[in-house]
Amino acid sequence: MKLAYFAWVRERIGIAEEEVALPAGVVTVADLLSWLKGRGETYDAALQAPEIIRVAIDHEHVDHSEPLAGAREVAIFPPMTGG
Amino acid sequence: MAETRDSADLAATMYDGAREATHSTSAPVAVKGGAGADGMLFDIRVQAERIDAAAVAENLAGSGAVGALVTFTGYCRDEGGRLKALELEHYPGMAERQIEKIAREAATRWPILGCAAIHRYGLIAPGEEIVLVACSSVHRGAAFEAASFLMDFMKTSAPFWKREHLVDGTMGGWVESKDTDDAAADRWHRL
Repeated sequence: MKLAYFAWVRERIGIAEEEVALPAGVVTVADLLSWLKGRGETYDAALQAPEIIRVAIDHEHVDHSEPLAGAREVAIFPPMTGG
Repeated sequence: MAETRDSADLAATMYDGAREATHSTSAPVAVKGGAGADGMLFDIRVQAERIDAAAVAENLAGSGAVGALVTFTGYCRDEGGRLKALELEHYPGMAERQIEKIAREAATRWPILGCAAIHRYGLIAPGEEIVLVACSSVHRGAAFEAASFLMDFMKTSAPFWKREHLVDGTMGGWVESKDTDDAAADRWHRL
């Protein structure tokens, strides 16, 4: 599964995207954020307040309860500030 | 009396935004200057270049059917002389897709004839435009409301992020999202 990061999430993690193989038990978006947070200091810095993090699966906004099954690209980013 | 009837039509077409706008499952589309399947004129763009507001307006309002055109342009401020530029990061593909989705939702809520939603990315200097939305309709009510709706959701649903570049040459912070923007978008769910 491809993960894409934007804005300060991208900066804190230090990479714009990566391919990951999800471990068993990572079923929902919330599971993914929790798993990522434990992958190291940079991830922990980016995801220290997971409740404000926004997630999109294949270009559509999703809630943290959304299952990851079938997702090709999961994007993780801060609240949007365009316009 | 036409305006009164407009208002009634407006009320009848408003509903909770939970319903998904119909959306193509094909690759993200940049619908530029073309008429949609339903005859609506959509001009959806994500670009680094300056936006030619006059050309956009002429494209939307040039047909004889249009009686009203509302445009909104959002500009980069210098924040009291502190800011050299704003850098706009975006999520290519998702940005176009979400903007088109917002535009199609607006078209299901109001009897608009066309709409443009154009957002820039990259470095934008104070005094330059960041975003333009425009809606055309037979009477002004629909165009005003649809343009306002479109702009509110451009701020909360389109994947763009602003970062400040300061005049002293240093990189400022990422602009924080505002609760007032969420509140502005939320009010459309309560209508």
